[in-house]
Amino acid sequence: MRESELPKIPQRPSFDETAAALLTELVAHLREHRTDLRQEWAQRITKAKLLTAMTEEEVFTEATAVYDQYVEALETGTFEALQAYARNLSERIIPRGVETDEVVGIVLLLRDVLARSLFSKHQHDFAKLDRILDAYEPAANRIANTVAVGFVQERERIIREQQEAIRELSTPVLQVRERLLILPIIGAIDPHRARQLTEQLLHGIRATRGKVVVIDLTGVAAVDSSIANHLVQTVEASRLLGATVIVTGLSPSIAQTLVNIGVDLGKMNTVGDLQGGIEQAERLLGYKVVQMLQDDASLTH
Amino acid sequence: MAVPILKQGDVLIASIQSALTDVDLVSLRDALVNRVSSYRTRGVIVDVTALDVLDSFASRTLRDLAHMIRLRGATTVIVGIQPDVAFAMVQLGLTLEDIVTALDLEEGLAFLSVRPKQ
Repeated sequence: MRESELPKIPQRPSFDETAAALLTELVAHLREHRTDLRQEWAQRITKAKLLTAMTEEEVFTEATAVYDQYVEALETGTFEALQAYARNLSERIIPRGVETDEVVGIVLLLRDVLARSLFSKHQHDFAKLDRILDAYEPAANRIANTVAVGFVQERERIIREQQEAIRELSTPVLQVRERLLILPIIGAIDPHRARQLTEQLLHGIRATRGKVVVIDLTGVAAVDSSIANHLVQTVEASRLLGATVIVTGLSPSIAQTLVNIGVDLGKMNTVGDLQGGIEQAERLLGYKVVQMLQDDASLTH
Repeated sequence: MAVPILKQGDVLIASIQSALTDVDLVSLRDALVNRVSSYRTRGVIVDVTALDVLDSFASRTLRDLAHMIRLRGATTVIVGIQPDVAFAMVQLGLTLEDIVTALDLEEGLAFLSVRPKQ
């Protein structure tokens, strides 16, 4: 989230000057008691059994850094540095299995520790405490928000990257012989995967100078008509690149869908199973596979 | 921009170097159809590797070119269609159905060389 997208802190304009002065006082207080407060915070984190994936020293180091960033954000009213730190921290701790509730939990704990320290400092001057809290609360809320959002965004980024990786792995284009590619497809095809499949196949043809491609659909139970249409288009696009496509392992259901959409069978070269498809591809490429003469003994080894 | 037409044995090669206007395409078509009767040309290769877009006019012009050249007694091969261009063409229904296509110039020449002389 950009800074401009964060909810604005509601401020009473007439109190601006006072609020700024109070914040300065607040920051001075937090700086002065840095060691105690930081210590207390780290202890409460351990006691609450948060960040159990990290050692106590690590928790203390991170707590120190977060504390300083926190005070700085309070002082300057700018959150970029904190945001960047939160993202960086998330990047380091997400792989260690730290959960969202833990991160939110520690930020809220810090908020609590600081608020308590303010209570104890100003307990004799209730009016002043009230004004200090007025200045502190919105800024603290915003900081908690920034850190939590930063963490969640980092998680989402990782999830997106992993999804992308899974998708790429899901449509491998394999070269089995010079100029012969196979594209085994397993599992349901959604529109995104279909697009990816086409893209990888066409670029694969270009990169490996593929001449014959076998698309094996044995692992696909059914497709809807738009995906079927997409497959036909992929076959035609491959032809424009000069490659011949052989489709193998069509299930009865896919065959029916293809007939329903009125596919031109002259354009679709289909063979029953993958083995048959590869054999035909080898014939098209002029390969001849010959079994070597061998005695039974060598087969068993 | 005029497209250079090279002679390689009994094959004419038109190698498009940059995006072409409709007028350029039509003059390329006319030039190839004219030249095909000279030097006993057997095949024509049009290399479109440099084109990022092949719209309906360009596809139709290429198809017409191939048909006219066939009527003049030679075979046309379109080579070097880019993957993204190919899929965009198919989605627009421009499949160049009865025209030979090949991956690149080398493939196009290989295709023409294995065909017996007419």
